[in-house]
Amino acid sequence: MSTITIKSRGTVRIDTATCKGCDLCITACPPEVLSMSTAVNHLGYRYPQLHPGCTGCAACLFVCPDFCFEVFRFDQPVLTEVEVAS
Amino acid sequence: MTATVPQPTTAPTRRLMEGSEAIATAAIAAGCRFFTGYPMTPFTEVLEHFARLLPDVGGVCINAESELEAVGMAWGALATGARAATGSTGQGLSLMQESFSEITLAELPLVIFNMARGQADYFQATRGGGHGDYRHVVLAPMDITEAAELTQLAFHLGDKWRHPVLIYGDYLTAHIQEAVSVSPIDFGELPPKEWAVDGALGGSGRSRSVSPLGFGKVGQPAPGIERHLRDIDAKQRRIAAQEVRVETGFVDDAETVVVAFGTPAKFVRYVVSRLRADGEKIGYVRPITLWPFPYESVAEAAAGARTVATFELCAGQMVDDVRLGVLGRAPVVTIGGISTDGSGFGVGPLLDAEIIRDRILAVHRGGAEAELPPLPVNERG
Amino acid sequence: MSTTVNPLGPVLDTSAAPADARKVGELKPDLLLTQQHHMCPGCGEPLAVRVFLEAIQELGVAQKTIAVAGIGCYTSFSGTIDVDLVQALHGRAPSVATGVKRMLPDTVVFTLQGDGDMVNEGLQEVLHTAARGEKVTCILLNNGVFGETGGHMTATSVLGQRTKNTLDGRDAEYHGYPILIGDLIAQLQGAAYVARGSVHNAGAIARTKKMFRRAFEAQLAGEGFTFVEVLTMCPTGWFIPTAEGPDYMHETLGEVHIMGELKAAGVVRSTEELHDENVRRAEEAAAAKARDLAAKHQ
Repeated sequence: MSTITIKSRGTVRIDTATCKGCDLCITACPPEVLSMSTAVNHLGYRYPQLHPGCTGCAACLFVCPDFCFEVFRFDQPVLTEVEVAS
Repeated sequence: MTATVPQPTTAPTRRLMEGSEAIATAAIAAGCRFFTGYPMTPFTEVLEHFARLLPDVGGVCINAESELEAVGMAWGALATGARAATGSTGQGLSLMQESFSEITLAELPLVIFNMARGQADYFQATRGGGHGDYRHVVLAPMDITEAAELTQLAFHLGDKWRHPVLIYGDYLTAHIQEAVSVSPIDFGELPPKEWAVDGALGGSGRSRSVSPLGFGKVGQPAPGIERHLRDIDAKQRRIAAQEVRVETGFVDDAETVVVAFGTPAKFVRYVVSRLRADGEKIGYVRPITLWPFPYESVAEAAAGARTVATFELCAGQMVDDVRLGVLGRAPVVTIGGISTDGSGFGVGPLLDAEIIRDRILAVHRGGAEAELPPLPVNERG
Repeated sequence: MSTTVNPLGPVLDTSAAPADARKVGELKPDLLLTQQHHMCPGCGEPLAVRVFLEAIQELGVAQKTIAVAGIGCYTSFSGTIDVDLVQALHGRAPSVATGVKRMLPDTVVFTLQGDGDMVNEGLQEVLHTAARGEKVTCILLNNGVFGETGGHMTATSVLGQRTKNTLDGRDAEYHGYPILIGDLIAQLQGAAYVARGSVHNAGAIARTKKMFRRAFEAQLAGEGFTFVEVLTMCPTGWFIPTAEGPDYMHETLGEVHIMGELKAAGVVRSTEELHDENVRRAEEAAAAKARDLAAKHQ
């Protein structure tokens, strides 16, 4: 196992209760840092989850039909250590 | 935007003008600033006069590419609070019916001119020719002077009730020339149109919506579709109770009562007054509002009568309302009929005082079972 | 395309706004009263609604804008768009907009219509309004189906497209050919600005927003009729999974209804020109992405 450092320049707030599980944000995210949950919200839909590496580009916000995203940019990038298989 | 009647800019003069011009002039005197229509006989000249007169008062007249678009444009103008009108003849109004119905639900005061080909558009006008439970106020002038007055009244009633009003004219109304003087009539103050859209409340959370659907905007109360339809129905009942207009003549001791509307009613009036002068106990009822129909006046006139006759230039439509008013107190017969000229647009040979006189006398002397003279035949068929 | 991305690292907390960060993207446009709506999962219409409302906001004309809404799925936005609004009937919005603008020439008037509404029921309305050069902006949300009634063929459905009444795909012989409404309108002299955008990815959405801005600016400048068509996803009406919506749209509707500015500043661009431009842009984007990936792995 080795460790890599992932830099997050931005982050999001996701309104998971309004999400209708359409998956569009997953493929829209250029750094590919969103994945769909296994849990479901009260409407029965899976919803997106954020992983380290967000750039704050807001592509997710633009492609979300249900207006679920707020997007933020950190004053200082946040570093996350992640273990990966070598 | 307050619906007040503007002052005339020139002294009103009495001059010879055709009905179409009198109607357009009266509408503009009432503050109409938007008109749109599609040429169709015998309505076309109404559109021509509006096109000529509106720009001079800062109004807009659009030659719509279809009747369907005409009523849409009027809808948009009305939504801004302007006084607006459209019109056609029966066939063209057929095309506008969906919008007529929905404009009623949107509670917009559309004034509609039907220069009809005869009197066979009575059902279309009074039953609501489109879908739904709506009824428009329908005013039927008998001559040019009355057409000019009722046109101004139409705009007033429209704004008073936030409801469409239809003027039922015909070929004669549009094309006869009479000496008319048109000046603005003051019907009294009306409340400002706070519902009208102008953009100003955009972004405030209280922006306006003009809609037939009964749904409002989030955060603002709205009745919902069922309650909205019931509210419209209740309004129509109030209109029916308050806005009946009718003219009766010689009905107190009439043995025969003749019911007629529009330009043929002027002939009937004349004939009946001549027959009265000869001692015949005949009277007439002339509905001025076709809706709300003057059922009470018809019922009163029929109470002492032996026969009630309707004279219409069609197969018989108003007769249904006459029967509802009479409710079996006396037999009801039709003495009119389908009569038109060779073009189908205009005046047929039945509209003749002598012929009408003979037909009235036939039922006056012979009762409901009397044999009527055959209907005259148009030379060209 | 299914979700084959596999992000590294733990799931982060996204339930609240972070400290030490500034917001760069609002949840919803200010001119939308609520984010809640009843559009299907994966519907493209809200994406178009967002960007034209943002355009209106940015131009500072919210307090002199009047919307005229047609009838379709998007009609539910009539209750949540925070500008003065007139609800029209199916197909009839352009004439209603004409009446509004003629009476209030200083306002910004736009229609919001779907392809069934505008290109089926209301084809003559929009063509006449454009020909007359009425200074309104007609907005078309084009998903190639009647969405609200369940997914039926419209005049813009493309050959081969499967809908509820073309289950074997639209067949030219039996069902005829689609109408490319943006291209038709661009031919009319009264039309000043005609553009076709799309919402299949963030880049397209950003370009579409620019089209809305240019259209409203042209209306404000009194140049004539303006038209923005937006291709939107309708996975429900297309009978496909939501995640496949953008690619399906790009590869079916997008190959027939070509995206780009069809008419601007008096110049009409041909379908071929726009198509070539789009292909070039896609190649450049792919090359840029490849460069980014290469740099990331160095």
